[in-house]
Amino acid sequence: MMIINNKEITDDLFQPAELEKGSEDISRPTITYWQEVWKRFRKNKAAFTGLILISIILVLAIFGPYANEHGYDEQNLARANLPPKIPVLEQFSWLGLDGTDIQGVDRYKENGITEYFWFGTDNLGRDLWTRVWEGTRISLYIAFLAAIIDLIIGVAYGGISAYYGGKVDNIMQRIVEILVGIPNLIVIILLILVLQPGIVSITLAMVITGWVGMARIVRGQILKLKEQEFVLASKTLGSKDRRLIWKHLIPNTMGPIIITTMFTIPTAIFTEAFLSFIGLGLQPPTASLGTLINDGYKLLRIYPHMLVFPSIIISLIMISFNLIGDGLRDALDPKMRK
Amino acid sequence: MDKILDVKNLQVSFDTYAGEVKAVRGVSFHLNKGETLAIVGESGSGKSVTSKSLMKLIPNPPGRITGGEIIFEGKNLVNYTEKQMQKIRGSDISMIFQDPMTSLNPTMTVGKQIMESIIKHQKLPKKQAKEKAIELLEMVGIINAHKRLTAYPHQFSGGMRQRVVIAMAISCNPKVLIADEPTTALDVTIQAQILELLKNLQKKMGTSIIFITHDLGVVANIADRVAVMYAGKIVEIGKVDEIFYNPQHPYTWGLLGAMPNLNEDAEELITIPGSPPNLLNPPIGDAFANRNKYAMKIDYQIEPPMFKVSDTHYAATWLLHEKSPKVLPPDALKKHRQVHSKERKKERLSKKRVKREKLLEIKNLKQYFSSGSNVVKAVDGISFEIFKGETFGLVGESGCGKSTTGRTIIRLYHATEGEVLYNNVNIHDKKSSSESQKLNQKIQMIFQDPYSSLNPRQTVADIIAEGMDIHGLAAGKKERLEKVYELLETVGLNREHANRYPHEFSGGQRQRIGIARALAVEPEFIIADEPISALDVSIQAQVVNLMKKLQKEKGLTYLFIAHDLSMVKYISDRIGVMYKGRIVELAESEELYQNPLHPYTRSLLSAIPLPDPETEKTRKRVKFDEKFVWNGNGEEPVLREVKEGHWVSCTEQEFHDYKKHFDAI
Amino acid sequence: MGRYIFGRIGYMLITFFVIATFTFFLMQTLPGSPFNDERLSETQKERLYERYGLDEPVPIQYVKYMTNIFKGDFGVSFQYDGRAVSDIIGERIGASVVLGAQSLIFGCIIGLILGIIAAIKHNTAIDYVAMVIAVIGLSVPNFVFAGLLQYWVGVKLQWLPVAFWEGFEYSILPTISLSVFVIATIARFIRTEMLEVLGQDYIVTAKAKGLNQFAIVMKHGIRNAAIPIITILGPMTVSLLTGTLVIEQIFSVPGLGEQFVKSIMTNDFPVIMGVTLFYSILFIGVVLIVDILYGVIDPRIRLSGGTK
Repeated sequence: MMIINNKEITDDLFQPAELEKGSEDISRPTITYWQEVWKRFRKNKAAFTGLILISIILVLAIFGPYANEHGYDEQNLARANLPPKIPVLEQFSWLGLDGTDIQGVDRYKENGITEYFWFGTDNLGRDLWTRVWEGTRISLYIAFLAAIIDLIIGVAYGGISAYYGGKVDNIMQRIVEILVGIPNLIVIILLILVLQPGIVSITLAMVITGWVGMARIVRGQILKLKEQEFVLASKTLGSKDRRLIWKHLIPNTMGPIIITTMFTIPTAIFTEAFLSFIGLGLQPPTASLGTLINDGYKLLRIYPHMLVFPSIIISLIMISFNLIGDGLRDALDPKMRK
Repeated sequence: MDKILDVKNLQVSFDTYAGEVKAVRGVSFHLNKGETLAIVGESGSGKSVTSKSLMKLIPNPPGRITGGEIIFEGKNLVNYTEKQMQKIRGSDISMIFQDPMTSLNPTMTVGKQIMESIIKHQKLPKKQAKEKAIELLEMVGIINAHKRLTAYPHQFSGGMRQRVVIAMAISCNPKVLIADEPTTALDVTIQAQILELLKNLQKKMGTSIIFITHDLGVVANIADRVAVMYAGKIVEIGKVDEIFYNPQHPYTWGLLGAMPNLNEDAEELITIPGSPPNLLNPPIGDAFANRNKYAMKIDYQIEPPMFKVSDTHYAATWLLHEKSPKVLPPDALKKHRQVHSKERKKERLSKKRVKREKLLEIKNLKQYFSSGSNVVKAVDGISFEIFKGETFGLVGESGCGKSTTGRTIIRLYHATEGEVLYNNVNIHDKKSSSESQKLNQKIQMIFQDPYSSLNPRQTVADIIAEGMDIHGLAAGKKERLEKVYELLETVGLNREHANRYPHEFSGGQRQRIGIARALAVEPEFIIADEPISALDVSIQAQVVNLMKKLQKEKGLTYLFIAHDLSMVKYISDRIGVMYKGRIVELAESEELYQNPLHPYTRSLLSAIPLPDPETEKTRKRVKFDEKFVWNGNGEEPVLREVKEGHWVSCTEQEFHDYKKHFDAI
Repeated sequence: MGRYIFGRIGYMLITFFVIATFTFFLMQTLPGSPFNDERLSETQKERLYERYGLDEPVPIQYVKYMTNIFKGDFGVSFQYDGRAVSDIIGERIGASVVLGAQSLIFGCIIGLILGIIAAIKHNTAIDYVAMVIAVIGLSVPNFVFAGLLQYWVGVKLQWLPVAFWEGFEYSILPTISLSVFVIATIARFIRTEMLEVLGQDYIVTAKAKGLNQFAIVMKHGIRNAAIPIITILGPMTVSLLTGTLVIEQIFSVPGLGEQFVKSIMTNDFPVIMGVTLFYSILFIGVVLIVDILYGVIDPRIRLSGGTK
């Protein structure tokens, strides 16, 4: 049926070959789970871009305000409402970074100001570069804080509920089901009305219903793990709760926890901005991205630059976290899609 | 005979991130009119891909046919456009898939799903299509077809769903029917029914069938001709008798030898060492060479061509070359060629058992699960004993409670009722933690799923040493590692594997790691919960051989839980048959096999296809009617000893009948 | 099925009860009510207290409050001197409903089309573009979009009005701003679901029957992929609701959301409470309908009468 190729078939080819011992060998180098995750994540261009963007924004949020000597609450009406002006980039007039406003008037010349305000100034003459990064810092701070508290409560609640199961789980789940039924926006608004807006109260208000999502994810994952045979195997070996939790359950729940956190952060940033919008945000002179955007709206028609910069930054942060979250989800478990 | 389908040098590849995987590497075969061709092979052999390629159902991308021809009625399907293929699919060639649970659309009535292809290909109006659908459902043995037409798939059992799928496939009288592992997901008695149905339909309609399977027993039952696939190639093809009674390729030898035969106890099953090659970089020469005991130098250099054995029988191995030394198939294969004389069976039956020490005694064990208002009686009052050093097999079909029994014994569940005595101590009593620790060390478990039974975040060393850590069996890091190395070698793995992660291993290797983990605490008694059912035949043999070897060396006692009766019979000394949470029959394995009494046992035994075409041709299936058994005039059947060591669940009257039956012998 | 619906309604009542109680007690602890206003004289304050029943002991207030709620009476506004909260809601709800419904319908249609096309053209340029749109839509806050639209389409190009509510063209920009999130969510969700469904065995079965790609997607794909969408309708209404608060304010739409924000600014507590409860009822109602709908549409639940 097949033509034997021209290679000469000699007698000695029919000598028995030594059976290679390596039938059980694995040639690949050892690679841990997290190394593999990192490899997969790096291949995902969008997610990797997100990671780089977030890193840059983080660095700017930390060090940006120190780039010039203006304070975030330093008012000076003599230099109010200045459009942005950035060295070098001012050459390209279409970028709108040459200090002219929408009427085409160079406000810097008009007011006799030689200094460059990279993001311009607001209606009180405060330097927007400083305020934007200061605001970014506070927004991120609130978001991270809320995410971490969500994580702690959610993991503990979901973990306990799933691990002990039975009646404990039953009661805890009933409570969650009621909490899920409450629109969290309502609770947040009411709480802030009572507590008065502030970094702590805003964070607290977000956490009060925010942890439920994490709790449900953790519970689901642990319930699934509990049925896995490696957990049963560990039980039959006689392991106690502590070993089961720390060696088997938690390491295998890390993935979903990290992913959920990655999506909690942008949600928290959005919620904070949203609260500023409906008048429940941080009080001046403290700035957050939300309050800056809210202020920007007031002068949108004449000085759009006040809205543009915080808007771009909040959008970039949200997009980056979403991209990282998506990338992590694919990298941590290619099968887990939803 | 007319060829209806002729496949020539078919090649199929998949593009993956890692590169091109050559799943099918030049497959040639033909299909005659009205015959059944079985394609057998292990997972990853390319048999399923081949079958899907015939209908061009390979998802593209990533898959593509890279070469070859598929000649169907004189036309080459490889060159057909998607549109042309749509005319062929479902009308001339149709397909049955493996898992009836997922191959039907859950949100569409079965009637609509059957009618779809009738309307599409035969252009019948809706009303006639409906009548045709009813007719088809009746044909595949669905009672009350008229009403069932508007039911949704989830309202059918697995076996019934597969009948619906078959009805769909035959709706337009296809000339070729491709069945891709149609019985793999089903219980053995359901499997027997489906196989019978397919054979009957073939007789009635004259369809040619390509039957993909990994089960040589099913092959022997249904096939006229057989093609054996390995690593994307057909290594041997021939008539069913030729393949089973005169196999030429060492891989076929391995496959046949790896299956235990119900007729005889071989000391050791034949295994094929190692695992199939990675088709990302197929090896040069014969892909089977590095697992082949008889490999020659040429196997590593030149790919063997198909050598002709007879007009219908070809095999691709250099062993058939004139210059090759003559190699005879291993002795163990002879069992497939001769049926044993009755004399020897009797002789073996009369082997007296010595009185042995009880290790485990289970008394009226019950395990109920309640979900909401309904209670599931998973285990409903079972009692049996296990003696020291023996292997007790527990068989039954899915849902009979066998796995629950195992898990309840080892206290993964709290028993609803009953006692489990280990060395005469009830281990389900409340215990101090130190006593409980000791028990955990003595009783161990091996699990079914090699993919979920190892923690993906731990290294193999940590997995194996977990028991030692818990029980403080290793004095220091060095001793711990030494012991891990020793265990790895015991189960046939290398020291180098210790710091690797589970995902780097194949199914069989993982299963051996699981065994090593259980052995690490030096147990006396091991519960093996379907330890081989997720593995390929040749890998199953590796694991079973290892378990037997360990038993001999360490004096272990096993409770071996499985649904595969032939494997259970091979490994067990005594067997209990479970049905609906109860043990219906319990006897020494040979006795159970020779003199099954309970109707359920008999139907189960008669449903197991054996890798022996002669037996399969004469097989008579015993049907089991549940009503008849469980309603013995209101009398609850009880487990009674009808003969020394042979217990059957029966009523008083049946008991006397059984007794008489034995006296007559 | 009956038991299932019954159970859901039970939960709904409990949840509502919890919210109402929570709202009540929060309001009790609220600082800075209008009565603290120094310009009011003691007698004026007293009169107000009496009128609103605030001088009675807390438990009685609570009982009164709860019974009133169940009668549909949410009290009277502080700000609009004695107008019933339920009237204010009734007057304001129209614009919000129009805006919300328009956004939901528009968003669902565009999202579905985008998602299905992306799934069918998986891993092609169309897919990538659709997903980039989806990520942006999902990430960029709606008030940023609204600002962008207002500035470019309204102020710069002057194509559409940027504020008030005097006809269909006034609703276009707010609708688009609100529906961006809906589009993105639905598109992403349906794409994932569709890809999963298209990978199912029964799709291969359908293909093996000889159906063409279009028939497979229409008959077997969409139904199975769309059923789970119902589950995200609940969270979707919440985000729409949140959206109306902001968007109505930006575009000066005289809807309930705008009223709510205004009341927050002026500490008009009865209105805040009333609207809060109203929103809760709305949300709980939607979740209930979604749950029941899910049971009706999916035969696996409908016919087995199971709980989940």
